[in-house]
Amino acid sequence: MPVKRPNFPSATPLKPRCRALIVGASSGLGAALAKRLARQGYDLALVARREGLLASLCDEINQGDSVRAQYYVHDVGDYQLVPDLLRRITSDLGGLDLAIYAAGVNVAPLVDEYNTESDRQMLEINLMGAFAWLNPIAAMFQSAKAGQIVGLSSVAGERGRVGNPGYNASKAGLTSYLESLRNRLTRHGVNVLTVKAGFVQTDMLKAAQKVMFPITAEQAAEDIWKAIRTRRQEIYTPWFWRWIMLIVRNIPSILFRRMSF
Amino acid sequence: MLNLGKKFVTLENFGHSMQAPAYVFKPTGADEIIQVFELANKTGLTITARGAGRSYNDAALNGGGIVLDMSALNHISSWDPQTGRITVEPGVTIEQLWQQVEPDGWWPPVVSGTMYTTLGGCLAANVHGKNNFKVGPIGEHVIEFTAVLPNGSKLVASPRSNADLFHAMIGGLGMLGIFTSITLQMHRVYSGLLEVDARPSHSLHEHLTDLLDNAPNYDYIVGWLDATAGGRGLGRGQIHAARYLNAGEDPNPQKTLQLKNQALPSRILGVFPKSILHYFMSPFVNNFGTWAVNTGKYMVSLPRHTFRESHAAFHFLLDYIPNWELAYGRGGLIEYQSFVPKETAESAWAEMIRLSLKRGLPSYLGVTKRHRPDQFLLSHAVDGFSLAMDFKVTNGTRAALSAMLEEFDQMVLGAGGRFYFAKNSETTPETALRFLGEETVARFKSLKKRCDPNGLLESDLYQRVFGAGKA
Repeated sequence: MPVKRPNFPSATPLKPRCRALIVGASSGLGAALAKRLARQGYDLALVARREGLLASLCDEINQGDSVRAQYYVHDVGDYQLVPDLLRRITSDLGGLDLAIYAAGVNVAPLVDEYNTESDRQMLEINLMGAFAWLNPIAAMFQSAKAGQIVGLSSVAGERGRVGNPGYNASKAGLTSYLESLRNRLTRHGVNVLTVKAGFVQTDMLKAAQKVMFPITAEQAAEDIWKAIRTRRQEIYTPWFWRWIMLIVRNIPSILFRRMSF
Repeated sequence: MLNLGKKFVTLENFGHSMQAPAYVFKPTGADEIIQVFELANKTGLTITARGAGRSYNDAALNGGGIVLDMSALNHISSWDPQTGRITVEPGVTIEQLWQQVEPDGWWPPVVSGTMYTTLGGCLAANVHGKNNFKVGPIGEHVIEFTAVLPNGSKLVASPRSNADLFHAMIGGLGMLGIFTSITLQMHRVYSGLLEVDARPSHSLHEHLTDLLDNAPNYDYIVGWLDATAGGRGLGRGQIHAARYLNAGEDPNPQKTLQLKNQALPSRILGVFPKSILHYFMSPFVNNFGTWAVNTGKYMVSLPRHTFRESHAAFHFLLDYIPNWELAYGRGGLIEYQSFVPKETAESAWAEMIRLSLKRGLPSYLGVTKRHRPDQFLLSHAVDGFSLAMDFKVTNGTRAALSAMLEEFDQMVLGAGGRFYFAKNSETTPETALRFLGEETVARFKSLKKRCDPNGLLESDLYQRVFGAGKA
């Protein structure tokens, strides 16, 4: 039996509406992006595990009469639940223009610690969850010949460092996965944006050993929104990480393996 | 068992002003429609039937849901040239219909301004023609239809059996069931030509008086109204009134009834292909360009004249320039059509046209018709006139246009007017409730509950106007 759509205002030619899905919306960059897109007039489906955070985020966004955001409680580890939930969200929103995968965890090991359990957890949330969500979304967008996919990756995916092998590997995987999606989908009119974030002041930052030039989640969300609006393919936020990483990517291994960075 | 598979397609309205992706299924029979009902029950998605997608609004869109593309159900099941009865599948177009019956000396009693609409869509919107004042909407010429209902039953309805559903499903926006077969009565004609009188009107008063006084003397009447003209020229335009030829008036009906004598020419002056004409129109689709074109058109229309014209050429003005709607650019166009009683129409429309000129948002095309009320549940007709106004949509004018149309709604409601769900895209639940009346809406909803207890049928239009928590 069809589920009644929530009371998102109807789109009309004179009051068109953009529809976005954010996976991993309850905190950090996901939540900041939700607020930024709401300000831009998007209708939002917010997906995350923690209901309390989602509910208060929706309350904050939906001030007044107008419904902008609706939340869906979901653990990205429940891969098999994704197709049904995605279908429901698309039906509730009346379509989908933008999908953002913002779910991610960083469980930093101690120096010289090897922890398969936490590596597995990072891989499952940062990468497998992205497969589970973005694969069906890619198929949908390809068939509709429209849409934009945004993946929140990290500068951490550019080199394998001594600090956090599991996190580096998960973000490297996410970056190449997004590149593959881009190469598959551009020809179908779909844009794929890879966001390579530096240090952003969120809960996740607490796991980082060294913090350089951090920016607020709001600043990062502003950068990402600009990239979405102009349909860019890759951005670094803040912007100077592009040049830092240009150098880091080119540090020869003979030197890099001796660094503590 | 059906699955959703790779069927997710972006669909648009006719005006290219809305986009909504949906899972599209193309049924080839009633059984397949029932299978889609089952799929909807299983997946929790809603369904909308789509004919030719010629609605100006969201009547055939269902964003994120299922759309039934009815175009494969396009067979003429039976045609009796003796009685003029024809039975068709719902995906049959008006074009197929008139081309089938015309060579035998018949013509569809009601046709839309384009021949590319489907009969299923025509019934769901209960379309009218330029003869609405005389013969009513298309629903009055339906002898019988069959439909499948989401509750699993099959329905046969006519003005006498299942009359409540007959009068609710025709004009019911496809929200009670899906038509599977439609039987219509055609109108006998004795020539492939109509006799048309063309004459100018110099003011809105003269325009509406002409429609009112002269309609009884003709079979068809339609006005072109130059809505870019204000001041003393407000409401200027041209009336085209036509009548069928009686037996004997056409010396050679065998010849004029031939299809080749009905075809719209595909080239101008025999060389210039019309299919690219819309590119050359777009530079004129702005306030100044349209004013200039309309003024020229008005000058040319000043001499009164009478001529004979084929049925197709008279009726299907919208098909003269293929894809003309593309000339409106990226934002597309919307149409605002109001139906106002004859006593109040002049003052309401004069006020609306003046407001649109003051705001710098003139309508680029105005078309008037004469109407009479009918017995259908969600009726748009009144004893009066309709004025259809086309507006260009751009990013810069959306907000102002939206505010103006909200004021228009109040003016039309204040004048006792009504709206047409196949055209207007901005009608709010409050407006719909006011012109339809609470009792009518409640009756429609109770029939919907009976036919569609699980709420499987839901278009974006229905969601917008009658959705949960709305009218």
